[in-house]
Amino acid sequence: MPTDKTSTLDDVVAELRDGMTIGIGGWGSRRKPMALVRAIDRSDVKDLTVVTYGGPDLGLLCAAGKVRRAYYGFVSLDSAPFYDPWFAKARTNGEIEVREMDEGMVKCGLEAAAARLPFLPIRAGLGSDVLKFWEGELKTVQSPYPDADGRTQTLIAMPALKLDAAFVHLDLADAHGNAAYTGVDPYFDDLYCAAAERRYLETDQLVSTEVLVKTVPHQRLLLNRMNVDRVVHTPNGAHFTFAGAGSAASGPNVTADYGRDEKFQQFYVASAKEPDTWEAFSRRFLQVDEETYQREVSAWQDEQKEDGQ
Amino acid sequence: MSTVESQALAEVGRAEYCVISCADIFSGAGEIMASPMAPVPLLGARLARLTTEPDLLITDGEALIFADTPGIGKSGPIEGWMPFRKVFDVVASGRRHVVMGANQIDRYGNQNLSAFGPLQKPTRQMFGVRGAPGNTINHPTSYWVPRHSARVFGDSVDIVSGVGFDKVDPANPAFDDLDIHRVVTNLGVFDFGGADHTMRALSLHPGVTADEVAENTGFEIEGLADAPETRQPTAEELSLIRDVLDPRGVRNKEVR
Repeated sequence: MPTDKTSTLDDVVAELRDGMTIGIGGWGSRRKPMALVRAIDRSDVKDLTVVTYGGPDLGLLCAAGKVRRAYYGFVSLDSAPFYDPWFAKARTNGEIEVREMDEGMVKCGLEAAAARLPFLPIRAGLGSDVLKFWEGELKTVQSPYPDADGRTQTLIAMPALKLDAAFVHLDLADAHGNAAYTGVDPYFDDLYCAAAERRYLETDQLVSTEVLVKTVPHQRLLLNRMNVDRVVHTPNGAHFTFAGAGSAASGPNVTADYGRDEKFQQFYVASAKEPDTWEAFSRRFLQVDEETYQREVSAWQDEQKEDGQ
Repeated sequence: MSTVESQALAEVGRAEYCVISCADIFSGAGEIMASPMAPVPLLGARLARLTTEPDLLITDGEALIFADTPGIGKSGPIEGWMPFRKVFDVVASGRRHVVMGANQIDRYGNQNLSAFGPLQKPTRQMFGVRGAPGNTINHPTSYWVPRHSARVFGDSVDIVSGVGFDKVDPANPAFDDLDIHRVVTNLGVFDFGGADHTMRALSLHPGVTADEVAENTGFEIEGLADAPETRQPTAEELSLIRDVLDPRGVRNKEVR
């Protein structure tokens, strides 16, 4: 019987170290491992370097002052007002050092790390201010093979984005680290795991291996046991991003409902505007354990319904 | 032209000129992925697909490739799968034409959607560079600016997200595919066919004067005084825009 990797959020937090480089899966405000992000925010860890297709994950880490450096292709909430307020504050206050890059460069850097290569060549980045963002850390490489016309291509040498830890959320998993996505997009969660030393998976549904493989087509089995060190059962853990409401999103033509809690995301943004509203948000939703968070979110949703009547 | 048709044309709205100008971006594009990033260019891409460019690939903006050409905000039968990771494969292949927005564009086509101010301590944060560096260096790129102003079209951009023509190293073949094809705004249609690949006016929408464009642009646009009017939509195009693609008038919210 393979190792049982089921763990608690506290087990994961106990393994965090100051200054580590962490990769966070998902994309923008889609299937982010928010329960793990909330656990990191509650921990004492500091000076993190974060690699991400950023959304409110990066925002919440910035709000808690956890981020020293960020590597990202973009930061977006994916719906109005689009720009994450805490990331924006950290940036305009000059609190974080950024290595902003083209979206394709993030994938490229993770692939290089996954293959244990020091770099991979890519066109994206040439001629843009990405090179300035990297302040000399990003170099070019010349092809040893000239083109047919005799000129030689010089490309960005995207360095491997090696991670100390990867944090991902998948909708369905077993206790050993086999896991599947059920929505329309795997995003890059397998690459984050492949690029990392320690791999932390949170999942909405923890099921037997047999149920897992019978529930989804084989192509959806994104992670296998070699990709995962700990599995944390976190129902609704991706909230308020696309929360793994996968059965609808699995359908062929669904374009409108990704299960994101748009109202709560807007409440997060509105709460960030003033110190007192943020203090209230933080006290109710962040300075609490995950179980309390989920309970308070349900209560908040009920309050909204009552207000709407 | 019948009386009915000319009457309809007389009432063509500014947003409708913008939509057909965005459709014209894709003229001759062939079998590539059209990736519009805002409602008006989305309507343009779909209009092109329903008229002269049936082989364009379009997606739902998420991960599915549409078989049909649904109206804005609508779904329909699909023909394929295009998750984000595969989009990057398409970008690298060159078989794509993206229409991005822009917070700033300069006379050489450098574009910014990242942030304003210094790189490590901006005065205003937007998205970061997103896919702009990869898009511009790999395949045709156009821009859509719903409010043409000197703030957008200034002397220089704060952060180069999308690469402009003055950044090209002719000795390096990796720059060979840089192709900033068009800029469509609420005032007109432009390209970078001016001297040294600078911005040039191709047409101004009916009712727009050269002075109005000049006042709202921080640099000189070539050919502005001689720019003709944007062409009229055909009756078929008007019908497709109004009855099929955008019956609720989303276009009029973006272009007032």
